Amino acid sequence: MLEIKDMVVAYGRVNAVKGISFEVKQGQIVTLLGTNGAGKSTTLRAISGLLKLASGEIWFEGERLDGLPAHKIVERGIAQSPEGRRLFRQMSVEDNLKLGAFSRKDTSGIRAEMDRIYDLFPVLGERRSEAAGLFSGGEQQMLAIGRAMMSRPKLLMLDEPSMGLSPIMTQTIMRTISELQADGVTILLVEQNAQAALSLADRGYVLEVGHIMFSDSGQALLGDDRVRKAYLGAD
Amino acid sequence: MDLFFQQLINGLSLGALYALIAVGYTVVYGIVQLINFAHGEIFMVGAFGAYATWMVMGQPANLSVGMALGVVLPLMLVGGVVSSVVVALLTERVAYRPLRNAPRLAPLISAIGVSVFLQEFVRLFYGTIPFVTRIPGWPDAKSAVPFPSISGISDASVQIGGVLVQASALFTLLALVVCTVFLWFFVNRTKTGRAMVATSQDPDTARLMGINVDRVIVAAFAVGAGLAAIAGVAHGLRYGNIDFRMGFLAGLKAFTAAVLGGIGNINGAVVGGLVLGVVEALASNYLGTTAWKDVWAFALLILVLVFRPQGLLGAKVVDRA
Repeated sequence: MLEIKDMVVAYGRVNAVKGISFEVKQGQIVTLLGTNGAGKSTTLRAISGLLKLASGEIWFEGERLDGLPAHKIVERGIAQSPEGRRLFRQMSVEDNLKLGAFSRKDTSGIRAEMDRIYDLFPVLGERRSEAAGLFSGGEQQMLAIGRAMMSRPKLLMLDEPSMGLSPIMTQTIMRTISELQADGVTILLVEQNAQAALSLADRGYVLEVGHIMFSDSGQALLGDDRVRKAYLGAD
Repeated sequence: MDLFFQQLINGLSLGALYALIAVGYTVVYGIVQLINFAHGEIFMVGAFGAYATWMVMGQPANLSVGMALGVVLPLMLVGGVVSSVVVALLTERVAYRPLRNAPRLAPLISAIGVSVFLQEFVRLFYGTIPFVTRIPGWPDAKSAVPFPSISGISDASVQIGGVLVQASALFTLLALVVCTVFLWFFVNRTKTGRAMVATSQDPDTARLMGINVDRVIVAAFAVGAGLAAIAGVAHGLRYGNIDFRMGFLAGLKAFTAAVLGGIGNINGAVVGGLVLGVVEALASNYLGTTAWKDVWAFALLILVLVFRPQGLLGAKVVDRA
């Protein structure tokens, strides 16, 4: 579904992503693991069209994606919930969700999508007219995911959805992610919480300073010594 | 007391003029963080565009009030708005968009260049086919051009107690009210307006929502230019003439008003404009002569910048973290 070929992304003269290739298949959850500065967020931002590639290609459903402006990429069916949630904090829950549906024109479909998100996260529905900035971290993360879902994406990219959340809230978010997969959404997940991410993932890629070091199925990576040492805190 | 109310109404109508221009500074700044120093010239172009429309209509004069207010003035407003919007969008495309990712100073200098260019262009080429010929019967703009007189507004006034209210002042205030209602509707109830607010809060995230930021920027320039053009017509009606330099001081004052209210905040621009107008009118009446009015206006700016740098209304922040 999504294929990245030899992608290089640079900030000024510094290459943050140094020629990576990976693939996300329809219906899968794929996770990118790595420490800070490994190039995970840069990868997602490049796929979304916020950053230009220095070289390489991005293919989505058989069409070339790189070079398109960000709003066209949303129209093709890729949504992102960015790192740090980046909600429109002064706007209400409802307004945030409406903006998530900006690329859509079917008013009744948007309404239905919104009700679906309120079903999924009842707290958002109950407080739909309150400003997003007034919600707790976990609730804001729900809203960020809900907002990304509003465009009814084929591929949903989540950047650090568990960041700053309590273990219980992290579990809730992870459960939501697997529910979304069950609904047919393909997911590309960037996480620092390797345990949680790998438990869900069909496939994981491990990034270090802009390179993919190795990849395997989620279960295999959970048992991999290198991963256990570096990301799961095992001795 | 009559004198006070007289100055208050003078100040409010002057402030309404500033406010109409200030909105353009503030919406553009809110989205691209650019102080568009050519915006005063967009206001000037609006006035000349309205004048050109009147010329094209065959210089209608001595009309009935109904004809003047129902047909001629609306057409002049449309002509002014179209001229301003077209020029503003051209400058955005030619002078600002190529510099979108350049250091901040570059578009600022570009804006000053556009400002000088537009002034000189109108001075040299108004009423001509540039480099070819003068259009017979058109005034040139090297000195002030008398603005058409509109029956029912020019030379008309209402007496309320001891206070004389010029019809042109009422027109300016009415224009501000109508434009503020329009702006409120645009920002809160239209998709483009919501996109504009989102872009001003977080441009990258706005793009992730599928918002075409280039289109939002164009809309911001267009809205600001439209309001400035209406101010240009109001200025012509108020002072009875227009000239190619009129955008300089008016632009500077309106910019002051935008900063006063809190740059980036649309309500702030309206409030800042009105406050500036009233302070200017009252201060020049009670503290020295009218010659001092600009001193008070800019002294107010300095005071606000020192004691409340975010402006009177500032940025609305609803945040718990």
